[in-house]
Amino acid sequence: MLKESEIKIGDKHTTTLVEDLKRTQIVQYAGASGDYNPLHTDEIFTTQVAGYPSVFAHGMLSMGLTGTMLTNYVGDGALKKYGVRFTNQVWPGDTLKSTATIVDIREQDGERVVDLQIETTNQNDVAVITGNATAKIES
Amino acid sequence: MAIDKFLVEASHIMMFARSVGDDNPIYHDEEYANKTDLGGIIAPPTFAQSSAQFDPNYFLRPKIGGEGWFGSGKDASGAKPSSSSGSGESGGGGAAMGLHAEQHFEYHLPVKAGDVLSATTKPGNTWEKESKRAGKLKFSESVTEYRNQNGDLVITATGVGVQTERAVDS
Repeated sequence: MLKESEIKIGDKHTTTLVEDLKRTQIVQYAGASGDYNPLHTDEIFTTQVAGYPSVFAHGMLSMGLTGTMLTNYVGDGALKKYGVRFTNQVWPGDTLKSTATIVDIREQDGERVVDLQIETTNQNDVAVITGNATAKIES
Repeated sequence: MAIDKFLVEASHIMMFARSVGDDNPIYHDEEYANKTDLGGIIAPPTFAQSSAQFDPNYFLRPKIGGEGWFGSGKDASGAKPSSSSGSGESGGGGAAMGLHAEQHFEYHLPVKAGDVLSATTKPGNTWEKESKRAGKLKFSESVTEYRNQNGDLVITATGVGVQTERAVDS
């Protein structure tokens, strides 16, 4: 868990979530999550029927990858809230980087918490996820 | 949508964590996890989404002996998906009928391996918007409450799904 004495508003934590995203990882996510929408795993359907240039990642895969960054930063079981908007699609071959920025440190329900702004971007610096989170910290 | 029994199992958590690139031992190493304050293997923050596995009518899973599947086989597309045959909602979101626009989780209690959750989903707001990249957008919100075997609320998930008029321009 983050310690209040070691953090301040404006602190940033950045990590690379995935380099050169593989279709196989999207398949892995489909199998684990149970979302078998062919748009994510079936190149023939997606290009020939749905009209996309290729399959693309589940929004929830991007949120899950971003969540890995988040829990590695705030610690296990510390999250109180985590929400995102999916602002752009994530394609096979993408490299994603994610940053959490501390925007507030405050009290909530008798606990010390930190508010984080989250942004995940691709190799072209286009945001694929924007969001926010609240996590418990040690006072 | 309602899910009566969402069995939270350690092997499912391990597979889910792998798929989101998370090798944190709290998700796969029981011995390690037991020694932490959390007292055992816990679920990653977006794991509730996999409740779709436990929705008998989940729209985006081919059904055994069912009406066919709209993905490719001999042809580029098989059967047309029938919206009446499934709930049309994913476990934590409202994305199944289109694309996923937003997802929000509120965590009330940790979800642990061995928990048996139930989930109920209620529709939220709906709204429309014009976009240059995909034509008319129809948004719909759904709110899912997950409770554990003790009846305690563990997660509130709010999903926003969007139906687009055409494929999104990249």
